[in-house]
Amino acid sequence: MNAGADDRAIKSTYEARGFGPGAAITGLVTLLLVAAVASLSVGRYAVGLGDLSTIALGWVGVGAGREAVAEASWRVVELVRLPRMLIGAFVGGGLALAGAALQGVFRNPLVDPHVIGVSSGAAFGGAVAILIGLGAIGLWSMAFFAGLAALLLVLVMSRSAGTSSVLMLVLSGVVVAALFSALVSLTTYFADPNDTLPAIVFWLMGSFASATPERAIYMLPVVALFATPLLLMRFRINVLSLGDEEAKALGLKVERTRWLALCCVTGITAASVANSGIIGWVGLVVPHLARALVGPDHRVLLPAAALLGASYMLLVDLMARSLIAAEIPLGVLTAVVGAPVFLVLLHRTQREAWRA
Amino acid sequence: MIEARSVAFRHATGPWLFNDLSFSLREGQTLVLLGRNGRGKTTMLKCIAGLLKPSAGEIRCDGIIGYVPQSFAPVFSYSVFDVVLMGRARHVGLFSNPTAADRDRASAALEELGIGGFARRSVATLSGGERQLVLIARALASDADVLLLDEPAAALDFRNQATMLSTLRRLATQRGLTIVMTTHEPTHALEIADRAVLLHDIGRVQEGAVEDVCTEANLSDLYGMQMKRLNAGGTTSAHIVADYSSVR
Repeated sequence: MNAGADDRAIKSTYEARGFGPGAAITGLVTLLLVAAVASLSVGRYAVGLGDLSTIALGWVGVGAGREAVAEASWRVVELVRLPRMLIGAFVGGGLALAGAALQGVFRNPLVDPHVIGVSSGAAFGGAVAILIGLGAIGLWSMAFFAGLAALLLVLVMSRSAGTSSVLMLVLSGVVVAALFSALVSLTTYFADPNDTLPAIVFWLMGSFASATPERAIYMLPVVALFATPLLLMRFRINVLSLGDEEAKALGLKVERTRWLALCCVTGITAASVANSGIIGWVGLVVPHLARALVGPDHRVLLPAAALLGASYMLLVDLMARSLIAAEIPLGVLTAVVGAPVFLVLLHRTQREAWRA
Repeated sequence: MIEARSVAFRHATGPWLFNDLSFSLREGQTLVLLGRNGRGKTTMLKCIAGLLKPSAGEIRCDGIIGYVPQSFAPVFSYSVFDVVLMGRARHVGLFSNPTAADRDRASAALEELGIGGFARRSVATLSGGERQLVLIARALASDADVLLLDEPAAALDFRNQATMLSTLRRLATQRGLTIVMTTHEPTHALEIADRAVLLHDIGRVQEGAVEDVCTEANLSDLYGMQMKRLNAGGTTSAHIVADYSSVR
């Protein structure tokens, strides 16, 4: 029944790429290692690769360790750049992973973690925390729980008809995002223009400049806690992406599986907004880049998106802190870089990797 | 294997689609659902598959069901192998990936339908008939005992219709699969089915052995036009043809 199949010159995305998923993942791991070393080494106070490897070997108890290099070097690396690098990698990787999973769950390559209202919720929580003068932990937990509250609101709204369809979910997400954006504006309206207003605005623009070892210690486990189940259920996301009816016919508990994925996405997004403000575009652009590299199979796509997102964020952060004397807000830079990349991707991959 | 007792269905605000539909199907038997557009053929399939809940009556179905929808156009253009592998979903844990055994099962299903060469192609590049075979392979990979097909032979040319029918017959006779399918082609019912259900107007349902039910009179009544039964000389198969001149 395949008469004419051989005549068709169209090849699958797998054959067209000429390399397998294993090679792509190896390449992405290498890229991440390079980006990590660069973000530890490059900066206003440059740390040479020799000093860097001496410090790094010292961590695992090999060689002379940090005593052998200038104190400024190991202080910059251990207290400033290492936490910043780890947080950047976890935020970028987490957001890209969350975006790739959401695109599969919602069967829509144009959604990202902002669509379900979580970012706006977390932004509101954080803005209120700054307004009333809470410290870092207060800001962090307010943002996190407000993000979760936004998801719960979406859940309640989308279930009005007894079940929650993808369309109702997306619509409810848009409504909740708009509501919380308005509340963020209200918060900034009440903020003190000399004090809390700039603090809120700069926090929302996104930055890793506030990274400290303490922040890394409570940020990284939270992201890992939510990212792990999402990565483990990646085969389920393949099945979910076929649509509710087919997924159900294939034996899935569709709503339960979808909400589990959405909770994980919320946890990752809220944690990253709480730590470094709203960093847009990563969750949208990186999954597309990864899909162009490894194809649409979420079993490979989710790890690839996480690796690529981490590298992308480290490189963008490197640009943010070294292009000009002052730091460029990350949210601004990811949009400036992301928008044109996304346009090019749309043109190049719409016929291969996904079809709307 | 499948037991339907006094099944009725209506959408929340709509009229009754069918009413008091009963049938029972043994292992290895094939049932064909016939009826005009909008009479509830697909709805009945979805009720059996457990995707819709009947408004009244009950359906009992033993074993794993493989559902083959009429069209398949995923947003992401997965490879044929990935699609067939998804048939293993019910055998793979929530936080697990398919094992080597699952992949072997998917490969075997592809080979069984003679489309092993498609494995690495994207489903987006396949024709309608090829996609139907991929979906049947996915059902086989899920270890289905029951195959539910929504117009599997629609949009196929005559040769591919024949291939599809012989494939289904082989699955029923050799693998003992129980098959329920919908079609607009009564000839297909005569060709492969043991039993047939005619979904007439609201509440009027005929069910029985295919030879008893698919008569000229019943089919003419069903479609609201003259249907003729031909027995081509020298062949064993019977044909049902529509007399288009009967509708003016």
